[in-house]
Amino acid sequence: MKRIQLGPFNRVEGDLDISLDLDEAGQIAAARVNSPLFRGFEQILVGRKPEDALVIVPRICGICSVAQSAAAAKALAALAGVTPPPNGLLANKLVLATENLADHLTHFHVFFMPDFARAAYAGRPWQAAIAERFKAQVGAAIGPFLQARARFFGLTGFLAGRWPHSLALQPGGSSKATTAAERIRLLALLREFRAFLENVLFGAPLESLGEITSFDALNAWAQGRNADFPRFLAAAGDLGLERIGRATDRFVSYGAYEVFPAGIFSESAVNALETAKITEDARSAWLYGDEALPPAAGETRIDADKPDAYTWCKAPRYGGQVVETGALARQLIAGQPLLRDMLARFGGSVSARIVARMIEVARIIPEMETWARALIPGDPFCLPAELPESGQSVGLIEAARGSLGHWLSVKRGRIERYQIIAPTTWNFSPRDATGQPGPLEQALVGLPAGEGALPTVQHVVRSFDPCMVCTVH
Amino acid sequence: MKVLWLQSGGCGGCTQSLLCHEPRALFDELAGAGIEFVWHPALSLASGDEALAILEDCAEGRREFDVLCVEGAMLRGPRGSGRFHLMAGSGKPLTDWVQRLAARAQWVFAIGSCTAWGGFSASTPGNPLEACGLQYDVDTPGGLLGKGFVSAGGLPVVNIAGCPTHPGWIVDTLEKLAFDGLTAKDLDEVGRPLLYAEQLVHHGCPRNEFYEFKASAEKQGDLGCLMENLGCKGTQAHADCNTRVWNGSGSCLKGGFACIACTEPGFEAPGHAFQETPKVAGIPLGLPTDMPKAWFVALAALSKSATPKRVRDNAVADHMVIRPSVKKAGK
Repeated sequence: MKRIQLGPFNRVEGDLDISLDLDEAGQIAAARVNSPLFRGFEQILVGRKPEDALVIVPRICGICSVAQSAAAAKALAALAGVTPPPNGLLANKLVLATENLADHLTHFHVFFMPDFARAAYAGRPWQAAIAERFKAQVGAAIGPFLQARARFFGLTGFLAGRWPHSLALQPGGSSKATTAAERIRLLALLREFRAFLENVLFGAPLESLGEITSFDALNAWAQGRNADFPRFLAAAGDLGLERIGRATDRFVSYGAYEVFPAGIFSESAVNALETAKITEDARSAWLYGDEALPPAAGETRIDADKPDAYTWCKAPRYGGQVVETGALARQLIAGQPLLRDMLARFGGSVSARIVARMIEVARIIPEMETWARALIPGDPFCLPAELPESGQSVGLIEAARGSLGHWLSVKRGRIERYQIIAPTTWNFSPRDATGQPGPLEQALVGLPAGEGALPTVQHVVRSFDPCMVCTVH
Repeated sequence: MKVLWLQSGGCGGCTQSLLCHEPRALFDELAGAGIEFVWHPALSLASGDEALAILEDCAEGRREFDVLCVEGAMLRGPRGSGRFHLMAGSGKPLTDWVQRLAARAQWVFAIGSCTAWGGFSASTPGNPLEACGLQYDVDTPGGLLGKGFVSAGGLPVVNIAGCPTHPGWIVDTLEKLAFDGLTAKDLDEVGRPLLYAEQLVHHGCPRNEFYEFKASAEKQGDLGCLMENLGCKGTQAHADCNTRVWNGSGSCLKGGFACIACTEPGFEAPGHAFQETPKVAGIPLGLPTDMPKAWFVALAALSKSATPKRVRDNAVADHMVIRPSVKKAGK
């Protein structure tokens, strides 16, 4: 048995260290995921006025900034007992969707695809074409993507002032009321981004992606198609990535945009989400408390010298079980036929996670067009939200990377407790109090690694699109 | 010009913002100016041992680089050990890496307010992470590298402060350095490049007419000036947010919310709720930079009494309720 260390594991958001135990054949016998940076936001929030969370929580994460804002705004809205007016809901949904879709595509172009340009794949039939398009920083696909991404973020310039770190998402709606002139520009920006996606990424109308209902049909669709998603499918098919990277095949989603429902998916069935089943323990983290606690009673206290701890990340569990979250979870729970087919045939995988993100992009842009058209300039965007002196509430939303929850407790006008479970906290969780490894730790077992191995581990780790700065909030 | 980038106690948002560079895509813009990344944690192919070898070569002087960009606060805890961020794969505190690399760099840039001043932890009672900036402890010179630090190129740390930074602030500072050089005259009193910090957020504010008449917003979403009631510090905050604009057309003020002065040291702990203006006897504390208080009070009283109905009514609505009147030709 040999132990190797893969760090700094870059092209993820934040810092990541992975330790692998390899057997004699060079296969992974055990993996430990270490989030080596601690952020301490749960301490920073205590004692602040509850509405200050709107300024503080987006700064947990520069890539899921709006998602953090949305979770806090939702928790505060529940505390105040206010529901934003239709315009406010639509505007905030547009801002969150902009961030989520941009994140999916930044992951694809900037973080994930460059690994296929590695020299280790020289000679594969697809390698030269992918290297030409996706070599980190200089690939031909990167410039046009970054330009399209910057233009797409123009939506946030109109709807939220800027991205990241906006204060536009308020408990009572949006601080920015869209004008009639701006609504025209929003629709134009969406058309522009749709054109990029249809011409460069998919090579097909967005709506046609929804007509693909099986893995075989997807491969037939991709055959010879001159676009970047089909290029990925060719490489992934050659490497068999649809069979690699399976975690526990249990999935959670809190539900997104009133388009994708909340639920738990396991053994081909969807069950209702019961939030009371969510717990977190700090058995393997440099934090006090080995006992699994519901987040509303959770604690974050540093124990830097704890024996056997190996990360700053806690271990969230659902009914004691290890679950995965993200776009794949959302699509499975929503009953998306292509992803259901891929899961039934191969289980969760690198390919399924990427395909789910792309399907989501194609599905949500038309929704965004509908939401933007539904804005009614002149009608209210924000209602007053009077916060009580004391109370408890929860804000559950879906970020790009999956289920994000804020558990808030206010006493005498100040935050008494603020506990956060971020998507990557689920996916990159360490061993829990009962010794169960987290999703990524399970997904890596059995794969080749170390000297001379193909970069398979790189694909599996990045297939989750980890956000480490959220993980260690 | 070669740029080496490290991240630590921050959110990565300055890099994410940087990727929004317009009009030219970031890497094309930089390449056109002869600027390249030696290594960037979010953007480079090299991972693991390959990446560590690059950093080690830079730290030992075997590989040349020009600018060290650091993004995120320096975490010295717990108890001075630096273990709140041991750089992955290396087992060494990131603060050690920054000290070694800063000693080799021609210039050191603090990217974002966390890196410049220390971030939220440094402004939280007890500083739970023992965080600091590269050359500041909030507003006091010091920080990780110390008050006297000067890089080989002859400058203290260049503080590209902001939370997050505008992509143009970073790119323009790098290009200024690459083409014209950078001297102490290009920086303000706390090390911020004047190319963005010589302005106030107030300059070019789209709510200027409301400010002139002290027609104030009363609740979130109102169109009026946000200074009197909703915590806006645009008249004191150094940055060109309303003239440079964000994400094509935006700014905090255009987004309907207050400037929280995110380029200033200590903005994280203003001593009041972020979205409320503290007042004494009805007069906001924190008046505009360079303005004597008595003048402000006199001017405010005068302009309030002269406010047109259009401005007064629009100030407390989330959309324009009275349009500016249209005069007939010749009248």
